[in-house]
Amino acid sequence: MMGFIWFWLVAVMIVGYVVLDGFDLGVGVLHLFLVRNEAERRTTLASIGPVWDGNEVWLLAGGGTLYFAFPLLYASAFSGFYLPLMIVLWLLILRGISIELRNHVEVGVWRALLDGLFGLSSALLTIFFGAALANVLRGVPLQADGYFFLPLWTNWQPGPHPGILDWYTVIGGLVALIALTLHGALWLSIKTSGELEDRAHRIVTPLWIALVTLTMVSLAATIVVRPASLNNYFNYPFTLVVPAGVIASMAGIWLFNRKAQPVKAFLSSCLYLFFMLAGACWGLYPTLLPATTGAANDITLSRALSGPHTLAAGLVWWGFGMILAIGYIVFVYAKFRGKVDLHANGH
Amino acid sequence: MTAELIHRLHFAFTITFHYLFPQLTMGLALLIVVLKSVALKTGSEQWDRAARFWGRIFAINFVFGVVTGIPMEFEFGTNWARFSRLSGGVIGQPLAMEGVFSFFLESAFLGLFLYGENRISKRMHWFSAVMVFVGSWISGFFIIVTDAWMQHPVAYDRLPNGQFEVLSFWQLLMNPWGLLQYAHNMTGAVVTGSFVMAATGAFYLLEGRIENYGRIFLKVGVIAGLVSSILIIFPTGDLHGKYVARNQPAAIAAMEGLFHSEAGAGLVLMGQPNEETGQIDNPIVVNDMLSFLIYGTTKAEVKGLDQIPHDQWPTALPLLYYAYHIMAGLGTWFALLMIVSAILLWRKRLYTARWALWALLLSFPLPYIANTAGWMTAELGRQPWLIYGLMRTSEGYSNTVSASNGLFTLLGFMGLYLLLGILFTVLIYREISNGPEAIAVDTARID
Repeated sequence: MMGFIWFWLVAVMIVGYVVLDGFDLGVGVLHLFLVRNEAERRTTLASIGPVWDGNEVWLLAGGGTLYFAFPLLYASAFSGFYLPLMIVLWLLILRGISIELRNHVEVGVWRALLDGLFGLSSALLTIFFGAALANVLRGVPLQADGYFFLPLWTNWQPGPHPGILDWYTVIGGLVALIALTLHGALWLSIKTSGELEDRAHRIVTPLWIALVTLTMVSLAATIVVRPASLNNYFNYPFTLVVPAGVIASMAGIWLFNRKAQPVKAFLSSCLYLFFMLAGACWGLYPTLLPATTGAANDITLSRALSGPHTLAAGLVWWGFGMILAIGYIVFVYAKFRGKVDLHANGH
Repeated sequence: MTAELIHRLHFAFTITFHYLFPQLTMGLALLIVVLKSVALKTGSEQWDRAARFWGRIFAINFVFGVVTGIPMEFEFGTNWARFSRLSGGVIGQPLAMEGVFSFFLESAFLGLFLYGENRISKRMHWFSAVMVFVGSWISGFFIIVTDAWMQHPVAYDRLPNGQFEVLSFWQLLMNPWGLLQYAHNMTGAVVTGSFVMAATGAFYLLEGRIENYGRIFLKVGVIAGLVSSILIIFPTGDLHGKYVARNQPAAIAAMEGLFHSEAGAGLVLMGQPNEETGQIDNPIVVNDMLSFLIYGTTKAEVKGLDQIPHDQWPTALPLLYYAYHIMAGLGTWFALLMIVSAILLWRKRLYTARWALWALLLSFPLPYIANTAGWMTAELGRQPWLIYGLMRTSEGYSNTVSASNGLFTLLGFMGLYLLLGILFTVLIYREISNGPEAIAVDTARID
């Protein structure tokens, strides 16, 4: 029971991270080619300025939760994915520095450099996160002691000795890039006005077509790479509501964007991310990290779970802390709601 | 180079660089609350601008702290997997609590503090500053709890698979080691904040510009500096030292360079420990002082390294000894300088005493060195243990990550952090050169 609860609590943290930091990553990707002048660029960045840092906290809080609830998984995955995680850290550093320091630099050349860095690091991060999820779904060459080490790439095939990057995980990376860029475009059409809003609104259509295509390809590829992903769905047919939710939320994005209701379109995009991630988690459950070296080496829920006292104490403070946290988050988003007005916004 | 050494250097390098930023964040957060409180109480626009100026410096510093802090949580798993696997059930908790209780709070209210001044009332803006302070100090608490458990494990049990499990959550948080270390460490952060603020004030007065702000910064910096420089020695440093002496005799013997047990042990002020001869070369010693400091009597016996099996000696003994002596020496200087400055301030002579202003200006890097040396003392003193008495450092690193891969990413961090260090220095220098008036004008236009 504790295992079931903590599995889904960690999943909630991951969904929270992807939905929230997802839009500011997407804005990062978009601002490379969507904005035309300095005022638009400042508007774009101001739309995420007060919140991106808090959004990133979900990654840290989620990582910490994973750490104490499933220490074996944390130890195994973090050391096994050593190289890509270090690259992710470097990208997070460059991205945080470039968005924040832009406000403190006036020289055009340096601003251009920071803008480029911000866009590029955002794009690469979305790709890495997507590829990371695909790595988990595909499985890794776990040894009997619960450890593995993955090179960045081998022969680009998801066989028994894969690398971080193969054709399957690259598809995962592309899905994330497109999904989060679309998510960011919807955020911008809520937060900006005028020509910028129009452009954000218009770019949704091509992104949506790419998203639908890639989503279908990635679902098919997942079934090919790890057929066992379907087991839970066949055993509990009512859970097919999850893939149905993916389709419905994609339809919602299209519909509401066409009717120029960006808030509803954005919420549909949140739901899309939620259903995709929940679907992936359910496809794995109760495995946490499948082994390509045989199911005996899988890291399963029961194998990785912390001791009972740890989890019971954790449940109390986690629940209390997250209620508080959601309070602040709602408060801040409410304070900064509405379109960005550069003149009222300072900085 | 062995994988163990690389993983140790990896963590040591990234955490040392990281902690340059949070110590100012935590110290400055308190001082900004002071500035905002005076502004709210007196309605003084000048104190509000002073707070806004330090808010900008705080923001830059905060971002560097955040981006260099994220790797720390990851490195427990990436570089110290075997340690994390066994201890995650205990120390994963405070680390996760830091995210849940501190970072959400801190990031939310910092957003309001920096971007929301014209969207919220003056009282609410003051409250945001207080919440940023509370958030950053909670964050410090959970990190100290984590470290304290490694220094002095309490309230744990071992499961059949070897994993550690929390028995009493309350005792984990109230670890006496942690409480003492927290008091000492947070005071150290205030020392850094005070010295930086006082040095900035001294800089403006020596330059003879923006003197009205220079005086505010000096006054706040020197008063906070006096209080914190005394508290850092007594009682926090004193109590913490006594607790270390009782619980980590090998660490205290190595810190003090005490090779042989002695009744009436002397305090070595200077000298170089010689591991081969088991002596201090070129010693300057205060007789009986060490016995007195630890046990309150000059005749008490202090355990020397000779009573400790050689395989439990701290592995980097001379470095530990020097780190401790640098910390203690600088701490003495801080108290002296701040006492003199405070007397001058009280006598209304500080603002014109150029020699004192120069001393304050040139002393601003020293608290960074002292805080770093203090942490080196704590962490080197724990060696050869990763969890004191329970797990050795050699048993904790990720043995699937080769020395070569570790070196690759260590070099990457070194290059990146060199860049960050340069960038930070340039940005802070520019903010201080521009001064509070420059922002005030900018904000007035936007208002």
